[in-house]
Amino acid sequence: MKEIGELVLPEDVRYAEDHEWAKQNGKTIRIGISDYAQDQLGDIVFVELPQTGDVLAKGEEFGTVESVKAVSELYMPLGGKIAAVNAALEDAPEKVNNAPYTDGWMIEVEAEDPGEFDLLMDKEAYLKMLKGSAP
Amino acid sequence: MNETVGTNGLIFNEPLLWEKGVSGRTGFSMPRRDVDNAPVDENLAGKGPDFPDLSEVDLVRHYVRLSQWNFSVDNGMYPLGSCTMKYNPKTNERQAALPGIAGAHPLLPESLSQGMLQLMHELSDDLCRITGLDAVSLQPAAGAHGELTGMLIIYAYHAAKGEKRSKILIPDTAHGTNPASASLCGFASIPLASNEQGMLDPAAVAELMDEDTAGIMVTNPNTLGLFEENITEVAKIVHDKGGLVYCDGANMNALMGVVNMKDSGVDVLHLNLHKTFSTPHGGGGPGAGPVCVTKALEPFLPVPRVTEENGRYAFSWDHPQSVGKLHAFWGNFGILVRAYSYIRSMGGENLKKASQLAVLNANYIKERLKGTYHLPYDRPCMHECVFTDKHQQAHKVSTLDIAKRLMEYGFHPPTVYFPLVVSGALMIEPTETECKADLDRFIEAMKAIDAEAKENPDLLHDAPKIPKVRRLDEVAAARKPCLRD
Repeated sequence: MKEIGELVLPEDVRYAEDHEWAKQNGKTIRIGISDYAQDQLGDIVFVELPQTGDVLAKGEEFGTVESVKAVSELYMPLGGKIAAVNAALEDAPEKVNNAPYTDGWMIEVEAEDPGEFDLLMDKEAYLKMLKGSAP
Repeated sequence: MNETVGTNGLIFNEPLLWEKGVSGRTGFSMPRRDVDNAPVDENLAGKGPDFPDLSEVDLVRHYVRLSQWNFSVDNGMYPLGSCTMKYNPKTNERQAALPGIAGAHPLLPESLSQGMLQLMHELSDDLCRITGLDAVSLQPAAGAHGELTGMLIIYAYHAAKGEKRSKILIPDTAHGTNPASASLCGFASIPLASNEQGMLDPAAVAELMDEDTAGIMVTNPNTLGLFEENITEVAKIVHDKGGLVYCDGANMNALMGVVNMKDSGVDVLHLNLHKTFSTPHGGGGPGAGPVCVTKALEPFLPVPRVTEENGRYAFSWDHPQSVGKLHAFWGNFGILVRAYSYIRSMGGENLKKASQLAVLNANYIKERLKGTYHLPYDRPCMHECVFTDKHQQAHKVSTLDIAKRLMEYGFHPPTVYFPLVVSGALMIEPTETECKADLDRFIEAMKAIDAEAKENPDLLHDAPKIPKVRRLDEVAAARKPCLRD
């Protein structure tokens, strides 16, 4: 697994405590999991995503991600309506491992309350949290 | 010859029987015909099934070779945490194969099955004595089936009081099947975080326990191999709010004759006969997961139950509050016979000693390996201990690599990446059936692997090279499963 220094943590996304990232993408907010999360999970073999149109609150489960080690839940970093899901992950879940911030994105959300986005951590705060919780 | 640990790699390749068959070979001789030729009924004529022609020796070698590809408790140490892969004494098999037992048909009337019913009745009594609880159902087919049965009983108990509770508390150190069993019964499972010592925290239970919570599902000892020291206090909190305590007894091998489960506050408990009571497992079954309950819950047990009156045994069906029948016929009877044989040949004192030795063996491994492998909870353990790959990660060696390399030293790998509360877990359960010399060989192998991780990590990344099948591509198998030929 990667050392903290080896993690790719872009400046232009925000991070949640459960290791999801969120990024403004036109009118919607795109959501995925961080490099740290994909590295901890190991090779991802299946991603289960919600239906377009579902409305989920911040902190609610929006899907699951299954790796060879375990199945983990995915949580909404902010509330809103699911505007799009990345259907490519159905046949190619490895995109989450290979490109967690680009091809491996998971859902796009029409945010209920834009203020929730601003509450998410920036790179510096997320890195600080990782250093505190590193195993 | 001076034998050392490990394997030397002599494994035979073996084709399928259909590829091996040669037309005209045969494994038997027909007796001389002593009746006249007669025409065959048309309906029975035609091409026979596609069976290969084989001699007896073809067939024997085929299955012996396949058996040599396998690893079992009869080959060597199998320290698969949480699974209690203890040796299965052969006397158990002998008793289960007695013609009167193996040939008994489940539809025989009670009058012709008195011995079978007596065995079930006495086994139930023995399990009550071992757990301290009051009544047992032998029906459930395995641990998770026992969990579901227990959940149905808890549901029925509340329903009988006119209550419908919707939640169950489940600690993060419980067995992974617990939330699934609770959900299957319609309960919402509420996760409960363990404290820094890996223990249930009574304050956390008190905070979550309310009148809409049906109870708690505890695994004791928990999946970190630690005894839940606060179990009595936790049980009191749950009982005070009208809830019940379910204990996953899969780890009972640590506690036989030592802990009275009822006194510790448990209302419902399942046992895994195929773990604690030494019936064979690992190949997917059959198992047996009897459920033990307190007197207050007895009316809800599955039917039929075996009763005894003046030395006559019978099935009793008249239990209106029962959760019903949960298995075809009377459960996995052959497994019950093996467990009965084990319990009766051991006796109470030796069952207690088995638990004590299981705990001693796990603590011995924990103490000898804790300088080499990271031990996340450094305190006395029960029947299993949990390490991590934290120290080896510096060399880019993971738990999976360690487990794969261990096969080349002649040991079955421990449980890996479970419990989930420990990152990179290696969960080792030696059981009481390994002697000190074998434990020492295992410890030396684990230390040698740590040295290899530093000096030659690729040796571990490429392992195993000796076994019949090398490292499988689990990722490709899961991402692109080939589900048909």
